[in-house]
Amino acid sequence: MPGLLVNLLWLVGILAEAAVVVCALKKGAFRRYLLLNLYMAGLLFVELGRYRIVSQYGLRSTQFIYFYYYSDAILTIFLYFALCTLYSHVFSEMNAERYVKLGAILLLAGTALFTYAVVMQSTAKLLTHFVIELSQNLYFVGLVLTYVLWGAILKLRETRARLIQLVLSLGVYFSLLAANYAIRNLYPPLSTVFIPLVQIFGVFLPLAWAYAFWRLPEEARLVPARLAVIPR
Amino acid sequence: MMAAIILVCSVVFLLQFFVSYSRSLIAASIKHPLSAEVQDVTGIKDSASGEDFDRVVQLLHLCPDRPEDRNGIQAIGAYFGLLGFLRASVARLVPSLLAWTETERGQCTYFAAVTLERRIAFSRDMFAQQLES
Repeated sequence: MPGLLVNLLWLVGILAEAAVVVCALKKGAFRRYLLLNLYMAGLLFVELGRYRIVSQYGLRSTQFIYFYYYSDAILTIFLYFALCTLYSHVFSEMNAERYVKLGAILLLAGTALFTYAVVMQSTAKLLTHFVIELSQNLYFVGLVLTYVLWGAILKLRETRARLIQLVLSLGVYFSLLAANYAIRNLYPPLSTVFIPLVQIFGVFLPLAWAYAFWRLPEEARLVPARLAVIPR
Repeated sequence: MMAAIILVCSVVFLLQFFVSYSRSLIAASIKHPLSAEVQDVTGIKDSASGEDFDRVVQLLHLCPDRPEDRNGIQAIGAYFGLLGFLRASVARLVPSLLAWTETERGQCTYFAAVTLERRIAFSRDMFAQQLES
């Protein structure tokens, strides 16, 4: 991608991430969706860090590549736990928070073990391979979990519009990234096209969340069955 | 093999999430009544038609951009494109799908008109603030 476009996307991303936190604070939703907002704040600092490293060492430098993948893995784990808090919101009336936490930790440990089993066959740079693979696997696990959560929303007739939009936008984001990684694994020569797309996809989530926090009040309601592709 | 399964699942889930997300954006704006002024400008009275979408979007581009609306209008633009593709392909064989795509396209236009109204109100506020200062 041309340098100007990369910088523009970076700027839009950083502004949108800041907008999520500011909108949530202004609308009194910061504490209600605490992990989501902390994830956005973390993403904002990581993006600023990435920008600094790129301007100091360059986009193709080893420093940037290491910083990018390690920070991405940490952020993905954070987003995974943020998704689990959305489960807690949906299942709040069932007092299932303990089970959600336990399930989330077990699934994360399972994903980490599976990833380790896959990468231990390669001898060189085990930790770096592990970190990259873990991110990719967590995107897919996150996608499946979001789909299950969407199913639960439809089944339990959850009507909170803001919560529904947060879940759906997260689903779109996870599917875009999981599909992107899958294409890159299937056709490695296409990586030059699909790696820059990650930055474009990355702008979607903060913009969607900023919209949900700013435009939709907590008391806004929707009929989720009307949103489903297959009417229920 | 694993990557192929992940790709297929991701694309199927993406379509479902994207359609539901777009419809949630529309549903949040569909109850918003249009002012007489926007009705006059867009020609939308009671129900909107998909044919007017491009014209309403052109009007939208004449107003100052609002960052919080950008994501919504882009998502609905992509959804409108997807509906157009469905209408030109599968819906030709399934008449009920044709009627459904028409309704959805009309609702996309209504969403764009509501966004236009918000942008006009935003521009007015900015203009009033400038006059005061």
